[in-house]
Amino acid sequence: MGPVTAGVLQLLALIGALALAYIPLGTYMARVYASDRHWRVERWIYKGIGADPDTEMRWPAYLRGVLAFSVVGVLFLYLLQRLQGVLPRSLGFRSIDPDQAFNTAVSFVTNTNWQSYYGEQAMGHVVQTAGLAVQNFVSAAVGIAVAVALVRGFARSRTGELGNFWADLVRGVVRVLVPLAAVAAVVLVACGAIQNFSGIHEVGQFMGGQQQWNGGAVASQEAIKEIGTNGGGYFNANSAHPFENPTPFSNLFEIFLILVIPFALTRTFGLMVGSVRQGYAILATMATIWIGFTALMMWTEFAHHGPAFDLAGGAYEGKEVRFGVGASSIFATSTTLTSTGAVNAFHSSFTGLGGGVAMLGMMLGEIAPGGTGSGLYGMLIMAVIAVFIAGLMVGRTPEYLGKKIGSREIKLAACYILVTPALVLVFTALAMALPTPANSMTNSGAHGFSEILYAYTSASNNNGSAFAGLNADTQWFNSTLGLCMLFGRFLPMVFVLALAGSLAEQTPVPATAGTLRTDKPLYAGLLVGTIIVITGLTYFPALALGPLAEGLA
Amino acid sequence: MNNSVVNTGRLLAAGLRALLVLTVLTGVLYPLAVTGVAQALFDDKANGSEIKADGKVVGSSLIGQQGYSLDYFQPRPANGLGVNSVNTQYRLILSGATNRSGDNPELIKWVKEAKAKVVKDNSTADYKVVPAEVPADAVTSSGSGLDPDISPRYADLQVHRVAERNGLPVDQVRKLVEEHTDGRTLGFMGEPRVNVLELNVALRALTEGD
Repeated sequence: MGPVTAGVLQLLALIGALALAYIPLGTYMARVYASDRHWRVERWIYKGIGADPDTEMRWPAYLRGVLAFSVVGVLFLYLLQRLQGVLPRSLGFRSIDPDQAFNTAVSFVTNTNWQSYYGEQAMGHVVQTAGLAVQNFVSAAVGIAVAVALVRGFARSRTGELGNFWADLVRGVVRVLVPLAAVAAVVLVACGAIQNFSGIHEVGQFMGGQQQWNGGAVASQEAIKEIGTNGGGYFNANSAHPFENPTPFSNLFEIFLILVIPFALTRTFGLMVGSVRQGYAILATMATIWIGFTALMMWTEFAHHGPAFDLAGGAYEGKEVRFGVGASSIFATSTTLTSTGAVNAFHSSFTGLGGGVAMLGMMLGEIAPGGTGSGLYGMLIMAVIAVFIAGLMVGRTPEYLGKKIGSREIKLAACYILVTPALVLVFTALAMALPTPANSMTNSGAHGFSEILYAYTSASNNNGSAFAGLNADTQWFNSTLGLCMLFGRFLPMVFVLALAGSLAEQTPVPATAGTLRTDKPLYAGLLVGTIIVITGLTYFPALALGPLAEGLA
Repeated sequence: MNNSVVNTGRLLAAGLRALLVLTVLTGVLYPLAVTGVAQALFDDKANGSEIKADGKVVGSSLIGQQGYSLDYFQPRPANGLGVNSVNTQYRLILSGATNRSGDNPELIKWVKEAKAKVVKDNSTADYKVVPAEVPADAVTSSGSGLDPDISPRYADLQVHRVAERNGLPVDQVRKLVEEHTDGRTLGFMGEPRVNVLELNVALRALTEGD
């Protein structure tokens, strides 16, 4: 069997595993968020918070909950890093500098997990487990909560009520993320991922001398890092590090973990709006893009166009032998089409076009299948845009799921899709125009430009992967990328929740013969087209200067 | 006091309490529980899959090492690997890639030099390495810089050199490589590979046993 066949078989196995998990997990999550019963442990938590989980919230109140929780999260994580030098069980590691601590705190709270630090030399046990890993859980739960609030907006009528933020947050953590992560972490340890709280390991080497490596609660963090589509590695090499991702099986398992919740949420959505077929249409759209991008990535990586790769006889730079080109390509598209940003191979050393595919995946808005929660709400915004475009073509007021897409709704959707391109393009232009940011590049020419374009694309879309040649630990990049992550996460959430509130207040319009059927393949096709066209028109000039110039040279 | 200030304060306090409660659950109880299970069921793996030779720990089977003499099988290059620049009371392995692009002059130079070295080192009196036969993993750095494996082709290419320098028959060394070659998991996951440290430990046992 050749590597290409093996790559395709791995993709098929992954699709099979995701298909098996789709109905049970999607149905379970729908029950979790629709249930009016509370687990005992949840009641204790609500008591601790001092919140009544049965109080319904309108969108401004829901949003205030999201923002308050996130502001506190940033401050707490910032302080934890600034105080690391005096914290116990931190290996004697010193405190993190202010600009880097700000960047990292924002990065983990926004589900980005951009890392301008080197995990193994900078972050001790307490910051990793009680700081960074906690945000891996809660930022993912916040994402799902906002998505569920939007779905309730479609499902409910003549009310402005979207649910209770604290209940959605706690349920996401307690009933969905913790059980999944606990099982996944044990599987990863069984593969060889480390899980201990001992200090620095000093062990002998084969040719003599000693080597020192950092121990830690790696498997438990790795599990939620993938499940929550976070992506911040315990080690600098992220999921390429053998202690995070030891075997070919653990690799495929981690890709599965990245994708399983975002895909299954389309069933949750279908059940909550009362039509699983609507969920299938969204699923089909996501799956088409994900499979298409993965095929494209495999093609360009196996073809290995580029002087150094031609010389070497393969695009193996930055890739691990145990994964090979096929499994590295699947990981790369799965991580950039979600908001994960974990890597098992280094994107900067992919072929020019391969790097472009990774970037384009993020530029689509990470909606195929996207981050936990953020993928679903991002895709539903595109679904609204698509029915609006279809409505313009036939000259009638567009509807989606029985709700009119009027001027207020389409304005909110339009604002949503303008936020990240504005951040990416303006900040990339600024970085290129100013004299010093370019000093951070490792490569020159088109690839150097790509390093900066990739950084702002990754931060603004809350991905976190990088063309890691860029030295991003400068005050300029720590600050501006931090701002991109903040605005790129929370401005869209404002528009999503406002839209949800507006939809929930409407009286549903009955479907007629003239209503566009949004549960049919035709509509899924229109949606794919809308996504590609909108993103293409927005980013084509920038892509032409970077990855296209490099890939077609 | 202003009403909205009070409300904001209350909300932030609720947020802080939520964070603290969830930190206890996901940042303390969860990792401790996983560690307990891991140490009980897989203590060897949970502590780094250390590997011993003659009763002494010689590394982790998962962490590739550099600096083998030419008597032994060589790993992949690791031009992205570093040592720590902060907290320098330790000397930690800093995992990492080169992040050089396919058209980067430095990478082109590294690949050229690596290829020339592989050809030169592995050509013996009765075996000449053809440059086109050198596999890609032999001349490129991995993502982590810690890749514990090489491809079976690269291992095979080193067999003549290793046999000659250790005074062993070529067939015996080739058999050793075959014994240490892992195929794809379940026949299709990942790529076939040879763990360099495990292979070299076995090689040393063979030569010292003579």
